[in-house]
Amino acid sequence: MRRWLIAALVLLLGKLRRRRALPPGPPPREPDRKAENATFVLLFLSMLASAAFVVLYVANPDTQFLGLAVGFALLALAAACAVAAKRVVPEVQGEEPRPQLLHVDDQEETLAALRQGGEGVSRKRFFLLMGGGAAGLLGTALLAPALSCGPDASRVLTRSPWHRGRRLVTERNEPIVADGIVPGELLTAFPEGARKEQLASPVVVVRVRPDELDLPEERKAWAPDGLLAYSKICTHAGCAVSEYRYPLHDPTAPGPALVCPCHYSTFSVTNGGNLIFGPAGRPLPQLPLEIDGDGHLVAAGDFSGRIGPSWWGVRRG
Amino acid sequence: MIRGAVGFLDERLGAAPLLKKTLKYVFPDHWTFMLGEIALYAFVILVGTGIYLTFFFKPSYAHVIYHGEYAPLRGHEVTKAYESTLQLSFGTKGGLLLRQTHHWAANVFVAAIVVHLLRILYTGAFRKPRDLNVFVGATLLAIAVFEGYAGYSLPDDLLSGMGLAIGYAVMMSIPIAGAWLAALVWGGEFPGGGVFESRLYITHVLIVPIVMAVLISIHLGIIVRQKHTQFPGPGRTERNVVGSRLWPSYALRATSLLLATAGVLFLLGGLVQINPIWLYGPYHPWEATNGAQPDWYVGWLIGALRLMPSLEIHAFGYTLVPNAFFGGALFPLIVFTLIYAWPAIERRITGDHARHELLDRPRDAPWRTATVSAFFSWVAIVFLAGSQDQVALHFHFSYVGLIWFFRVASIAVPVLVFFIVRRAARELAATELHPFRLDG
Amino acid sequence: MRLLLAAVVVLALASSAQATGDPQRGRELFRTGCQSCHGVDARGIRGTAPSLHGAGAAAADFYLSTGRMPLDAPKRQPDRTEPPFNRQAIDDLVAYIGSLGGPPVPQVDVARGDLAEGQRLFAENCAACHQIAGRGGVMAGAYVPTLLKATPRQIVEAARIGPYVMPVFSKEQLSDTELASIARYVEYAKNPENPGGWELFDIGPVPEGMVSWLIGLLALLLVIRVLGKQEAP
Repeated sequence: MRRWLIAALVLLLGKLRRRRALPPGPPPREPDRKAENATFVLLFLSMLASAAFVVLYVANPDTQFLGLAVGFALLALAAACAVAAKRVVPEVQGEEPRPQLLHVDDQEETLAALRQGGEGVSRKRFFLLMGGGAAGLLGTALLAPALSCGPDASRVLTRSPWHRGRRLVTERNEPIVADGIVPGELLTAFPEGARKEQLASPVVVVRVRPDELDLPEERKAWAPDGLLAYSKICTHAGCAVSEYRYPLHDPTAPGPALVCPCHYSTFSVTNGGNLIFGPAGRPLPQLPLEIDGDGHLVAAGDFSGRIGPSWWGVRRG
Repeated sequence: MIRGAVGFLDERLGAAPLLKKTLKYVFPDHWTFMLGEIALYAFVILVGTGIYLTFFFKPSYAHVIYHGEYAPLRGHEVTKAYESTLQLSFGTKGGLLLRQTHHWAANVFVAAIVVHLLRILYTGAFRKPRDLNVFVGATLLAIAVFEGYAGYSLPDDLLSGMGLAIGYAVMMSIPIAGAWLAALVWGGEFPGGGVFESRLYITHVLIVPIVMAVLISIHLGIIVRQKHTQFPGPGRTERNVVGSRLWPSYALRATSLLLATAGVLFLLGGLVQINPIWLYGPYHPWEATNGAQPDWYVGWLIGALRLMPSLEIHAFGYTLVPNAFFGGALFPLIVFTLIYAWPAIERRITGDHARHELLDRPRDAPWRTATVSAFFSWVAIVFLAGSQDQVALHFHFSYVGLIWFFRVASIAVPVLVFFIVRRAARELAATELHPFRLDG
Repeated sequence: MRLLLAAVVVLALASSAQATGDPQRGRELFRTGCQSCHGVDARGIRGTAPSLHGAGAAAADFYLSTGRMPLDAPKRQPDRTEPPFNRQAIDDLVAYIGSLGGPPVPQVDVARGDLAEGQRLFAENCAACHQIAGRGGVMAGAYVPTLLKATPRQIVEAARIGPYVMPVFSKEQLSDTELASIARYVEYAKNPENPGGWELFDIGPVPEGMVSWLIGLLALLLVIRVLGKQEAP
């Protein structure tokens, strides 16, 4: 008897609940046979394209055909899903309540529980301080090995392969004959025997007419016969300063200048690498040159300043 | 069989209530709510194609002589990274398709995030309680940009090398710690060699993808917890959410979008060439190509680097803050700070601290719409300035003149946009016309 | 094969240029077409146009065959155009300028060049201005022309004379064979191997970004527009 009563109750409540829970759905629809057929066609086309992909992969793996096949297979399948979603299956609309986000009572209970944990402890602040200190120092200790990732920056950045008497060579390691360079020419050179990838290695060598030179007093001797050398690495963002403008005749300002093709910083070659245009913040470092007994170009010392992109504390000159 | 599966799961995990809830989960139907989904599916494609690429790529700067199929580079001394990418493109069946699809997916991924962000900002979807999710989403955008940069830096072609040089310079320019940080990251001086390439590789293929996957899970978890916003309409209140249930129609639509995203990306990957590294040749620090550009989502940074006047903070003949810092680090810092802080800024301005589940139409808050438009036009102008060398070349404009044009425009255009958009939004609100349709 | 043909044609042109030019007729043409800027007897006019003594047949052939001369406005950057002189007139002018001294029109044998060496030399010496595929570029105060229309002979001439603001490349730096290699690479780069599909003009990521937005993302926006609904909010 009791079982029957419960069953009846469940049936009743269940019915009630169902009526409340389910909003009146869309009226039962007639199957849309056209849409179903279209879906089948699309699915079939997708299969064909997938099969074609495999065949192409084996027989003729041309990137364009492969892309077409797999792209078509995917898009046909996507279209099949879209048609099915829009026309074949029922679209069930629904409504849900949003969650309650603000629980004032629970907040208070949380705080109370937290406070409870500290009852009967005398020096709470000191505990927190010590605990925080221990965790922080442990974190520092664990992070310390990250310093092994690289060397001390000051050691790296001050290293230069150039010194007095070191010969300049081309990319193919041939020494450079000073007389072979004509005005309007630019040459990329490296210190003989050094690693070319080092940023301080590559320099640009150019020749200007000696009357064009406008070097500062202390660099007068750095450009024998109008031959000048500058670091090839831009002081702005480290790209290769590899554009050279050498106007054929005077009205075409600015005069001989090296240009970086990344952000178009433009450095004059005649006056010691000073900036003419662009974002760079300091001049291009100049390498003093000499011509040795064999007529080859050699360095007469190190650069006039630090090469490459600038950093906090680098000397500007 | 399905009955069996449901029973199996329920008996062991008590999963039936969850399954039931999942199938009945309600999605509001407005089409702009699927923008984030495009980004999500592009991420899926990126992971899939990326895994394939890792099977072939060798992250090493060790030198080898190239003897592959591409004639103009035969006999060149190149790095293994470059050689393996050439080999993947020319000597591996389907390799180029996957590589190109991966690259297109990255470009579309970030584009979809940006449009998604615009939708969030224009409709006020960032207001409490979703300000929390703005943090996650904006972080994802920043990481996505970085991840893309790391990706196209891997093959060690001329463009990737030039991009890394600029990245190195920007890191060097960070006040006080820059040089030291750069030496740690590169294991010495740029271009590194020995440790840097494998660090970049593991960052690109493991560390960042994991971080992104976790953040995406949090992003979606917060959405499921808070449920979606919705536009106001009949039966829609701040307390409910109305839309299609997951099963069956929405599930099919989402699947369709996943497949369509993949389809579009594979079509692009097969039919449109992207990043032809064989053409660019190998990188050497002393070489450069004109018109070198980053992928589009880094374009705003190269634009800022180019627009910045020659300015450095210095004292007693020593540089303190180098020029590259302003365009390469400070500018993105400002842009992202504004995105992060916008929910709080708007709360402060309006004094509205309430919870909002119903969206505004852009015209409903003219000043917000105008501010967001001005902000994006500012970033867009700087972004366009990143390609001004191509503009100068193809239209024979003076590059120097363009620099000044963009410098002025980056200040003037946002102001103009603010007033024009505010006016337009007010007009629309008054007339209730639809901006793109005559019938309203 | 195509390269070889091009080389043969160019060689034929080169030899005919020197064989058929008449310096006397060239001088007449110079009086009417060039003298207003380059001065009487090509001695130059200060501040307007340089003297052409010592410029050589190479320079004359380069400027005239690319249509860069004559120039409407003397201070403008000379653009490549359709040459206003016909080939015979150019040959005459070249013969006349050549008679004033300077380097002769170079002989270029592209077939002697090596493609891979050309790529390396081009990347080292030319790409910084002309872009790695020769599509042109910019620098402060000038734009750098594309090499799509440049013939091998014009490339070698330009390298040897350094027109406008372009630097010079002497034989010590780039031998004739090396220049032939560069010319061969430029011929290749006009229509390079593009296994990836539509090559987007081979100018790098700017058009790629446009395709990402205007084709990739736009297509997907249309897809969600169809999949989603537009409720009247």
